This record gives sequence, C-alpha cells and structure tokens, in this order.
Amino acid sequence: MDRLNFINPFGVRYQPDMVSGDFYTKNFAKGAAENTIILNLGPQHPSTHGVLRVIVELDGEYVIRAEPVLGYLHRMHDKMGEVKTPWQFLPNMGRVDYLHPIAWNWAHVGAVEMLAGISVPERAEYLRVISCELNRISSHLVWWGAFVMDLGGVTPILYAFEEREKINDILQIVTGSRLTMSYFRFGGVCADADDRFLKLIEQFIPYLRKRLKMYKALVTDNVILRRRLENVGPMGLDICQRYGATGPILRAAGLAKDTRRDIPYGVYSKFAFPIPSGPTDDCYGRYLVRLREIETSLLIIEQAISSLPDGPIVIPKAPKPTFKLPAGESYFAVEGARGQVAVHLVSDGGKTPYRVKLRAPGFSNLSLFAEAARGTLLADAIAILGSLDLVIPEVDR
Amino acid sequence: MELSIASFVQIFVAVLLIIGLMVGNAVVMVYFERKGAGFIQRRPGPYEVGPWGTIQAVCDSMKLLGKQIFVPGNVDWILYFAAPILAFFPVLLLFLPIPFGPYLTGLKVDDGILLILAFAGFGVISNILAGWASNNKFGLLGAARAVSQSIAYEIPMILALLAVVFLSGSLNLSEIVENQGSWPWQWNIFVQPLAFFIYLVSMVGETNRAPFDLPEAESELTAGFHTEYSCMGFALFFLSEYANMLLVSFVCATFFLGGWRGPFLDGFWWTFIKAYVLMLFIVWIRWTFPRVRFDQLLNLNWRWLLPLAIINLWITAVAIKFFD
Repeated sequence: MDRLNFINPFGVRYQPDMVSGDFYTKNFAKGAAENTIILNLGPQHPSTHGVLRVIVELDGEYVIRAEPVLGYLHRMHDKMGEVKTPWQFLPNMGRVDYLHPIAWNWAHVGAVEMLAGISVPERAEYLRVISCELNRISSHLVWWGAFVMDLGGVTPILYAFEEREKINDILQIVTGSRLTMSYFRFGGVCADADDRFLKLIEQFIPYLRKRLKMYKALVTDNVILRRRLENVGPMGLDICQRYGATGPILRAAGLAKDTRRDIPYGVYSKFAFPIPSGPTDDCYGRYLVRLREIETSLLIIEQAISSLPDGPIVIPKAPKPTFKLPAGESYFAVEGARGQVAVHLVSDGGKTPYRVKLRAPGFSNLSLFAEAARGTLLADAIAILGSLDLVIPEVDR
Repeated sequence: MELSIASFVQIFVAVLLIIGLMVGNAVVMVYFERKGAGFIQRRPGPYEVGPWGTIQAVCDSMKLLGKQIFVPGNVDWILYFAAPILAFFPVLLLFLPIPFGPYLTGLKVDDGILLILAFAGFGVISNILAGWASNNKFGLLGAARAVSQSIAYEIPMILALLAVVFLSGSLNLSEIVENQGSWPWQWNIFVQPLAFFIYLVSMVGETNRAPFDLPEAESELTAGFHTEYSCMGFALFFLSEYANMLLVSFVCATFFLGGWRGPFLDGFWWTFIKAYVLMLFIVWIRWTFPRVRFDQLLNLNWRWLLPLAIINLWITAVAIKFFD
C-alpha cells in the first residue's frame, strides 16, 4: 500500500484492499464513510479489561461505528462441560468469570441439583448466600476501581483492591482459594464456617459501610466524574430488552428485575432487601446502581449471619465423583454481579451431560455497546464500555 | 544588553546549570511523584533500590539509556527523531530569563516573559511532529489533541500573566519580582487572585498533566503522541514534560508568589521552595481527579477561563488608569 496514504489517513478514503489488517478490519473497512479513520482498540489496550477487541470508525474524535470482536479468550467451556462429568466440570466454573466465581458455582450446582432432585441443607443454603453476596461485593468493587481508572482516575482501584483483599481473606477461610473459588458441592458446600469467618464478616460490614461513605464523597460526587458520566451512553428499556441485557444495566434503565427476587432460589426469599433501580439509564445511573447493590448485599449478609442455622453443610448421601446425571433437562439461573448467570443442562443419562450451555450475562450486555457508542466521543465510548462491567473470560467462555 | 565575552560565558554557564537542573529535577520529581502517588494510594511506593528507594529513578534512567531504539515501520525518519530533540532543547532557553535569585539569573532581558511564551510554543510542535511522524493513529489523535489544547490554554495563560505585567509595568521577570514585597500579603497573588487561579488551571492544561492529560490519555489513546517512542526518545519527552512542569511552576512563583522574595531572608531558596510546592500540588491533583473529556476541556477554557481572564485584565487596566 502507498506509504503517503497511510501517513495521511484524513485525506484518503479507506478501500478494503488498501487497508492492511486482518479479516475483521478489512470487513469493517468496507462500510467506511468519507474522511474517517478506522482504529483498532485492543486486544491489547489499557481500557478493554483483558483481551476484548473493538474496531471503531472515527470521524475526528467521534465514533461513527463500533464493533466488538470476540474470541481472544475462548476456552470452550461449553464443550468441556460435555466431555467432563459434572464433578470434573465443577472447577471450570470458577474460571468462567473470575470476579464472581461463586455465582457460576451456584448456577452449575443448582442445575445439577435440579436435575437430580437433590435438596440442600438449610445451613449450606445460608453459607451459599453469604459467600455469593461477599463475592458480589468484591466483584462490584473491582469494577468500580477499574471503571474510574478508565475515566483517568488511577487512585480508586487501589482502594477497591484493599477492600477486595479483605473479602478474599474472609472467603479464603471457607473456599480455600482467593480467585477461582470452587466452594459449592452437589448437595451442599465443601467447608463449614468457623467463628473466625463469622467474626471477620461482622467486622467487615461496618467497615465497608464507612468506606462507601468516603467513596461517595471523594469519587461519586466529584464534579469531573459526574460530568463524564451524566447523560453519556443512555441505554433505555427498549435497547436493553432487544439485546437481552440483564443485571445492573437493566435495573439502571428503570426495571427492577432481579433473579434473586423473580425466580427465587436458595433462601433468598427469606431475606428482605431492596432492588436498586434507576434513577437514570446513563453511565452514572449504572454506576449508582452498582454502588447501591453493594449496600444491598451487605444487608443480605447481615440478615444471613444473624439467622445462620446449625446443622449439616452437605446432604448425607452426597453425589460421588462417579455420580451419573439422570436423563432430562434443567435450567438454573442465578443473579451474578453482571446479570443473570445460568446453566442449561441436557442429559441423556450418560456419564457426561449431552449438552451444556452457559448463559453469560456479559455477552448479552456487550451487544448493547455497538448501538450505544454510535455518535459519542471516543472517551465516552470507553466510559460506556467500562460501564457494562465486562469480564472477557466470561464473554468469550 | 551588551554582547560581551562575559555575557556569553554567563549564558554558557547558565545553560550548563539548567541542563543539570532539568535532569536533576526529573530524577527528584519522579521520586516525589511516585512517593506521592504511593502516599495517596496507601502503598509504600518505591523502597527497594537504595535507602527509601531514592536511587530508583536513577536506575530507571540508566535502564532507559540502555534500551534498544525501536523504530516502527513506515515512520518519517527525520521528523521522528527531530521531535524528541525539539521537545527537549527549547526548554534550555526557557529557563534563561527566570530569576532564581537576586543574582542567580541566566539572562536579565527586558522581554523575559515574551521569550518564555514564544519558545514554549516549540513544545506543541514537537508533540505534533511526534504524533504525525510515528505513523500511528493513537499518536495522530494525541497530536491533534495536543495542538488544540495548547492553543486553547496558552491564551488565558498569557492574559493572566499580562495582568501582572500591567501592574509591574515591565516584561522583565527580575523587575516583576523586585516589585513584590517579602511578605506574602505583598505578593501579586493578593492583588490578582483571579489571575493566579486562571494561571494555575492553565498551567496544568499547558503541561498536559492530569486531569488535562488528553494528548496522552492512557485509557483512550494508550500513550498518545509518544506511543511509538522507546529508549531515549521517550526519555527526552519525559524530561521535557518534567522540565515544563518546573518552568510553569517557576513562572508562577515569579509572577504571583514573589519569586526569590520571602519572609526573613530573600534568596534563591524561596524560588525553589515555592516552585516545588507548586510541583507537589500538580502531582497531588494528578493522582486525585479523573480525566476530563476533550470537549469539556475546551469548554472550560473558551467559556470560563478566557472571558474571566479578559474581564480581569480589563479591570486591572481600568484600576491602574484611575488609581495611579
């Protein structure tokens, strides 16, 4: 290709055969308008949180088109579910979404239990709720830090990680790991809560409430942050429902839809907690919903700790590793930090399931990006991408 | 000013000292910036190399010197290598008219501030060349941002400085310092608080520091105009960025904070103390605020700073006319 043209991208219309690049860039370049440049954000880019690749067409600083390209972290989790027994597949769940692994644990274990007709002891259900909500808080905190870092504020992520370390210290006691937790078992959980676990949580709840107040004063009410987020990337109910968005994005659009309330699972129906929704469907609304969800989770943990029953943590005849699923089909959905996490199991009674489908909320949420980013500034597009709370391993699976 | 051998020797020695100051400043400021960031972010910062990590910055610069020069394909070689040099060398001139102390001044020229403002424009040229020549779209976008940002923020900066020039009746920086008193209430900041504020905002915008670091916005443009620079190319941009920070701090200290005038004992130490307090202020806001958006950055300038600066200048002019 002509060197001069490459140096002067403003003056030259990109023709497909002129563009150096791979399949995606060339295809994207076919629809390019006059006087635009095509910019490849990622897979290695500071604000794509991993290996998401976004191709954008820019007119100056304005995004004309944007298209996410997936698959750089595809690990075939769905297929692995079909060649592994449910027991063997269990550790995979911690690796699908490394920020909220407990939700995926729950979705898989729940689907298996639903199919096999296993009921879970009361204490195990409470421990599931406590660990899942703690994990949700840590996931939201990491999102919060990373999101503000996308906006150029580098400091909050270190504070967020400090809190996350505390949560990891607590969860480590029962789950035995700090990142890819695999805590749930068919018919219960693998370890019981001890006094130290409960005491640390009791100390942590008031501590985090105090810190959240500080974050509100320092970050949420900051005028630069508000100007960057308010009225940026509105995602109304219409677009959310067309693309199947769930979680905080849908709730920010004004629909108080939460799997914990709509399709109650575990012992969530025993707790009283509000479902934060609204007030606005822009980036700031999504930001506020997530921060309010941290408080909701604290509320649930508080109630669960105070009414934690005694008893076994796993059913007496828990499924062994050689356990075979009965023939049939089950779909179990839980509320993850990013939206509805679900596992669809189809079994023909063999050693391994016939088909496993993982429903990743991040995948549906990412679909909104192309439409929401159209016509915004490049910095806004980055903010919108961040406000979707993407975890790329989960999107690609 | 007569051009004698003595003045040449004076300028030569001054430039040598300025190079020392620039390099020393970069090393010291990197240490303070990282320690300051550590303090703000509740972590220790560098502490491994040397006592309290003090020679970490020296080791980092040694590492930069030893790196391979990586030149991406399709760059314009002349412009690509000219850009970092252009970024670095004007800064040497910029420090010449700064009165560090009563006798410690490289060049006492009558148009000192004009010289500074004129040569400060070279920084933008180097940025645009770097972004353009490195054949990178991120670099190009960063360069385009750098140009409009510098143009926007130079104007209120000049207008704010002009208000002080009106008061002092001189463009000579030494005279501006001499017109201020030793005690804080005799400094120009108390006569011109608005101009000081405008200058403070413009100075952060002018040096491309967060929250106005749009040309190198990390989360959007990876590294902006110096994306494709490695080794000493990057180091020169880095040096000139810190030197520019130091320069605007010195100008601020000279114009608004009394320069080398200070309580009890006048001397060059006051200039340095004031300038470095301002530097720490820049570091502080960098690690505190998120980045503004580009249109907001320009709106802030054209809608607020520029009209305020003009009004301030007009009021100053009227006041001088009536009360003098």
